[in-house]
Amino acid sequence: MLRLDAVEAGYGDVMAARAVSLEVRAGEIVALIGSNGAGKTTTLRAIAGLLPLRGGSVELEGRRLSGLGPAAVVAAGIAHVPEGRQLFPTMTVRENLELGARTAAGRARRAETLTRVFELFPRLAERLGQLAGTLSGGEQQMVAIGRALMARPRLLMLDEPSLGLAPVVVGAIFANLTAINRDGLTILLVEQNVLRALRCSHRAYVLENGTITLAGDSATLLADERIKRAYLGR
Amino acid sequence: MAVGLTLIFGVMRVVNFAHGDMMVWGMYLAFVLSTRAGIDPYVSFVVCAAALFVLGVAVQRGLVDRILAAPHEMQILLMLGVALVLENTALLAFGPEPARVRSPLARLTWDVGPLYVDVARLVTFGLAIVLTLALSLFLFHTERGRLIRAAADNPYGAMVIGTDVRRVYATAFGIGAACVGAAGALVSPILPFQPPTGLSLSVTSFNIVIIGGMGSLLGAFIGGLLVSVAESLGAVFLRPSLKELFSFSLLILILLLRPAGLFGRRAS
Ligand SMILES: Nc1ncnc2c1ncn2[C@@H]1O[C@H](COP(=O)(O)OP(=O)(O)O)[C@@H](O)[C@H]1O
Ligand SMILES: [Mg+2]
Repeated sequence: MLRLDAVEAGYGDVMAARAVSLEVRAGEIVALIGSNGAGKTTTLRAIAGLLPLRGGSVELEGRRLSGLGPAAVVAAGIAHVPEGRQLFPTMTVRENLELGARTAAGRARRAETLTRVFELFPRLAERLGQLAGTLSGGEQQMVAIGRALMARPRLLMLDEPSLGLAPVVVGAIFANLTAINRDGLTILLVEQNVLRALRCSHRAYVLENGTITLAGDSATLLADERIKRAYLGR
Repeated sequence: MAVGLTLIFGVMRVVNFAHGDMMVWGMYLAFVLSTRAGIDPYVSFVVCAAALFVLGVAVQRGLVDRILAAPHEMQILLMLGVALVLENTALLAFGPEPARVRSPLARLTWDVGPLYVDVARLVTFGLAIVLTLALSLFLFHTERGRLIRAAADNPYGAMVIGTDVRRVYATAFGIGAACVGAAGALVSPILPFQPPTGLSLSVTSFNIVIIGGMGSLLGAFIGGLLVSVAESLGAVFLRPSLKELFSFSLLILILLLRPAGLFGRRAS
């Protein structure tokens, strides 16, 4: 469904992603793991059109996305839950969610999607009129995910949804990702929480210093000695 | 007026020094429409708003867009440049003599008991309230308006959800300029003007926005009321030429007590 071929992106002199190639197939949860500064966020931003590609190509269902801006990428069917959530803090939860429905599909199925978001995150239904900036970190993450779902994407990308959240909350968020995937949505998940990410995904890629160094089934990677030593502290 | 400035600053964090000069252009436009076509400014303000909307979008697209990422000083310099160009074009086109638009309304007064109520001012005030309300409705209850607020709140977040932020900025700048154009036309029968009037209008509206709190429409409106009351009292009790003394004292007082302005949010 999504294919990255030798993608390069960076900032000024920093080449943060060097020749990143990966594939996400329809229906999968694919994890992109790696330590801090490995280039995970850079890769997602390049896919989302928020950072220009310096080389390589991005394709969604055979259609080239390279060179498109963020608006066109969203319209093509990729929704992004960015690092740091990037909500609209002085707007209400409802406004934040509804602003996610900017695609044709999202607009057409707004009410239906909103109902599904409330099923996944009942807490949001109670907080609809509250300003997003006044929510707890976990609730803000729920809004960020809900806002992305409102676009009715074909592919959902998440950048460290567990960052800064209490373990219980992280557990709930990951359970929700599995539920969203069962609805039929394909997911590309970026995480530093390697154990959680490998447990919830089908396949995974390991990113180090801007390049993919390891790839495979998540179950296999969970048992891999190199992964255990470098990321699981065992 | 100040509401337009609030919108531009609130959304784009661009300090628009050309504000007063845009207002003067609104006034001259009302003047031309009144003298050449006989259209009363209380009608032609709609045309002035539309014309300034176009000017605002053009300035945003052609100039401001290029320097949004640049440091604040650059934006201030750019807008000062735009202000100078607008002022001097007005000077070329209309000459330095003070102008005033005649409207039958401006000669009417109502006697309410011991008070004289100036009908023109009353109408201007009423229309200002209507415009502010309409703008709030637009910002809070339409998708376009919500996008403008979202882009003001978090431009990066707005890009993430697939918004063409530059287009939203152009709309916001255009609407801001349209408010100014309407305001210019509406005060043109009350306030005599000439090209350099723009600078003092800019200063006054900054004063209003800072008192009300940057980025708050309600604040801009209340700030406008306070400043005009302060200036009228100043004109009555001291000398008309000293009226600004009152509004600036008010500004200093409010900044001492509430640095973010009456309705401003603290920068986070
Ligand atoms: N805005 C930026 N400007 C310059 N360098 C950046 C910027 N963002 C990230 N980097 C650098 O790019 C590299 C990869 O960063 P990032 O993609 O954020 O990594 P990750 O998400 O895996 O932690 C790091 O070395 C980081 O310092
Ligand atoms: Mg990151």
